[in-house]
Amino acid sequence: MSEANAQHEQEHHIVSPMTYVIILLVLLAGTALTVLASYFDLGETRLALGSLDTGFTLYWNPVVALAIATTKMLCVVLFFMHVKYSTKLTKLTVLSGLFTFLALIAMTLSDYVSRAWGRW
Amino acid sequence: MWLFLLTEVMFFGGLFMSYLLMRNWYYPAFVAASHQLDVRWGTANTVTLILSSFTMAMGVWSAETRRKGLLVLFLSLTFALGLVFLGIKSIEYHEKWEKHHIPGIRYSTESFTNPASDPEVYKEYHDQALHGDMADKTEMYFFLYFAMTGMHALHMIIGIAILGYMIARARAGAYTTGHVTYVENFGLYWHFVDIIWIYLFALLYLISRH
Repeated sequence: MSEANAQHEQEHHIVSPMTYVIILLVLLAGTALTVLASYFDLGETRLALGSLDTGFTLYWNPVVALAIATTKMLCVVLFFMHVKYSTKLTKLTVLSGLFTFLALIAMTLSDYVSRAWGRW
Repeated sequence: MWLFLLTEVMFFGGLFMSYLLMRNWYYPAFVAASHQLDVRWGTANTVTLILSSFTMAMGVWSAETRRKGLLVLFLSLTFALGLVFLGIKSIEYHEKWEKHHIPGIRYSTESFTNPASDPEVYKEYHDQALHGDMADKTEMYFFLYFAMTGMHALHMIIGIAILGYMIARARAGAYTTGHVTYVENFGLYWHFVDIIWIYLFALLYLISRH
């Protein structure tokens, strides 16, 4: 019984306060950075598709804001939520959630984008 | 707990999806309407929530290392920071009420059909006037704004209520006897709500400033 308990204790990884402090500082720095970036016009890049007059424009402000938000999200998930130290089952569960969310976005958008394809 | 959070991802995912689509359809209205949000309040709230996530993580650590006093302290700090967040949010909501920016029969497009009528926002952004249909679409922005931040705030209120319960239990010595699952799972919930806000802040406050 005590042996089983000891084993269980070993599996339960305790993240040190130092790690939490570092992550806190990273998150605060990310917040400062993303607010700072919002004060500048980061411009846009036109992406042409083939020789047709089609394509789309990439605006950098939202791209940068979302990239920083995603970095912060990963810090929270991996360290505050202990996923980095969790079992493969937990990691798989988290990844499947992320994947399902992206599938939701991708499939819905592909429908809206292609509804009137070629009719403009 | 993670499975519950996955259902939450889908729940908020629908709202994020609507926002993404509507913003692309009614881009000028969404840009003008988002200029009504004060980035300073948004930043203050982001910092508040990140700090509360940190105190929550420290709370989990206190439970794991069986430090009862510290556990109560960190849970109380998380509780207080949650209240600060809701306080700032209510200041922002109140301003929307005063400006008739809450969707419904009191809604007014005055700030968007005649931007100069709203000097505080106008001097910062110099928005062009929106006309007719597009000005009406600002109501859609505020509808999604209230749906998303309101649903987030509801999660905060539920979280704060559970925190109150946990503080009382922690004072009685629960969670510091080796059974940390309850605190740990609540921590996951709290961090999840923090993550939702990180994205709401970026999408609602930041990306339309240029």
